Amino acid sequence: MSIEVRNVSKRFGTFTALDDVSLDIPENSLTAILGPSGSGKSTLLRVVAGLERPDSGEILLSGEDATRLAPQRRDVGFVFQHYAAFKHMTVRDNVGFALSIRKRPKQEIRERVDELLELVQLSGFADRYPSKLSGGQRQRMALARALAAKPRVLLLDEPFGALDARVRAELRDWLRRLHEEVQVTTVFVTHDQEEAMEVADRVAVLDRGRLEQVGAPAELYDAPASEFVLRFVGDAVRLGSRLVRPHEVVLRRWPSDGAVEVEIERIAVLGADVRVDLADGAGERLSARLRRDELEELELERGEIVWATAEASVRDAEAGHALG
Amino acid sequence: MPRRLALRGVALLYLLVILLAPLGMVFYRTFQHGLEPVWQTLSDPLTVHAFEITLIAAAVAVPLNTVFGVLCALAIVRRRFRGKGLLNAFIDLPLAVSPVVVGLALYLLYSRTGWFGPWLGAHGIQVLFALPAIVLATIFVSVPFVAREVIPTLRELGNEQEQAAATLGATRWQRFWRITLPSIRWAVIYGVILTTARCLGEYGAVAVVSGRIEGKTETATTRVDDLVQNFQTSGAYAISVVLAAIAIGVLVLMMLTKPKEAV
Repeated sequence: MSIEVRNVSKRFGTFTALDDVSLDIPENSLTAILGPSGSGKSTLLRVVAGLERPDSGEILLSGEDATRLAPQRRDVGFVFQHYAAFKHMTVRDNVGFALSIRKRPKQEIRERVDELLELVQLSGFADRYPSKLSGGQRQRMALARALAAKPRVLLLDEPFGALDARVRAELRDWLRRLHEEVQVTTVFVTHDQEEAMEVADRVAVLDRGRLEQVGAPAELYDAPASEFVLRFVGDAVRLGSRLVRPHEVVLRRWPSDGAVEVEIERIAVLGADVRVDLADGAGERLSARLRRDELEELELERGEIVWATAEASVRDAEAGHALG
Repeated sequence: MPRRLALRGVALLYLLVILLAPLGMVFYRTFQHGLEPVWQTLSDPLTVHAFEITLIAAAVAVPLNTVFGVLCALAIVRRRFRGKGLLNAFIDLPLAVSPVVVGLALYLLYSRTGWFGPWLGAHGIQVLFALPAIVLATIFVSVPFVAREVIPTLRELGNEQEQAAATLGATRWQRFWRITLPSIRWAVIYGVILTTARCLGEYGAVAVVSGRIEGKTETATTRVDDLVQNFQTSGAYAISVVLAAIAIGVLVLMMLTKPKEAV
């Protein structure tokens, strides 16, 4: 099912959560909504699910107006950050809930739940209560529950936000594979740009209720539409009057056109890469990211003075402001 | 070590003097001459009738106040509306106002010069000094308990589980029966137990509006008083023991039903 968000605005009191947001999400895509906290990303997802009603604008599901449709009639699966597990039900009853609501035969529910528990690797846990599961297991249960009635859209609100780093990495990977296995339009909200870039085919960046840019992860990184996107998606450093990526910074031992004179404050070896912390004459700090062999070739030492320039794909900070 | 013992001693002594001594006295007096006189007074038709009236009042008040309490709690926790603070405060009114005052207020309302009395009288409905007044008084004094138990539980529950149920296809009605009610069931059960205890023990308001007619509008508690007034102390003791036993039974029931499952 495709999702179209058309000119949606939503305010909570004096706070503008969404400001005239329009976004097309193609069928069967895996889209991330990325933004800092307070950017309106969760509100956008909840508006799509019908858990919030927009003040203005429309939501179209498969091309049909669903703006006023109750959540239970939208055919969406929703996964909450804090799982929203039904605490008084076993894992089996949690996962089978959507089917039991639809009055499916007991045998069918049983089979479908077993199949889903297999999919989320919780087969041995059917008769446990959610309180006896770990965070990662609860979230997988919540996913299975959301998928039970074969929704046409799967919405996940910061699904891995409450989990520790290792479990989060596992689940990301797993979500990616799940999406390939279960063909369903999937949208997830995250504040973690790495998570968005790693998992999604398409990323929509929100800032203060406004949609900044939508595109493939590489597009956002290589051609950010605004200074906000440049800074938020991947690292950015200010070199003279320009914003550049740390890996775009080139260090030379002699001055050249547009190069900035900097002092090396620190060299940190990060495996194959090296981060060189620099300070220019005005005391402004920036860091460059070099390959280790480049560093060795230059024979750089702490305290030395070098000249920093950037490669061709740089953006002008002035242009960035204009775009922002 | 001695200080801790001292603290414990003070607490226990206080409970002993204030709570257990009077209760123990009632039990002692009742069974002083064996079981036979106790059984005799309890099987007195007038006493049996008084218990019946008490039970009827409780049987009406408890279900009504349970439904009302749950609805009120839902409204107070989940909805935004004008006068919400007022509703929240009004629920506690029966705890704040002396039952005698409640009785007097009902008396004024349903008397021949009150707001409701003349109309009801014209339609042949007798409220005061009859069962309806007893039931009304009992309902009034036992309003707060279910709502007071359910409100904090609902607050703690939040509404995420219900939103999840909605996205899974559950209608409002299904969400209430399958998510909300099971989640607050212990609070409702506690509320019902406390409401029942309050209904059975009600004296002040009922004493004013019932008329206390032997064999007609006497409740268990007013009968205790009447028997004491008439120096039939053994009968009064026996009824008191039954009421006290019910109260203790309620406490034990609450302790036993306390959920052990980790939520």
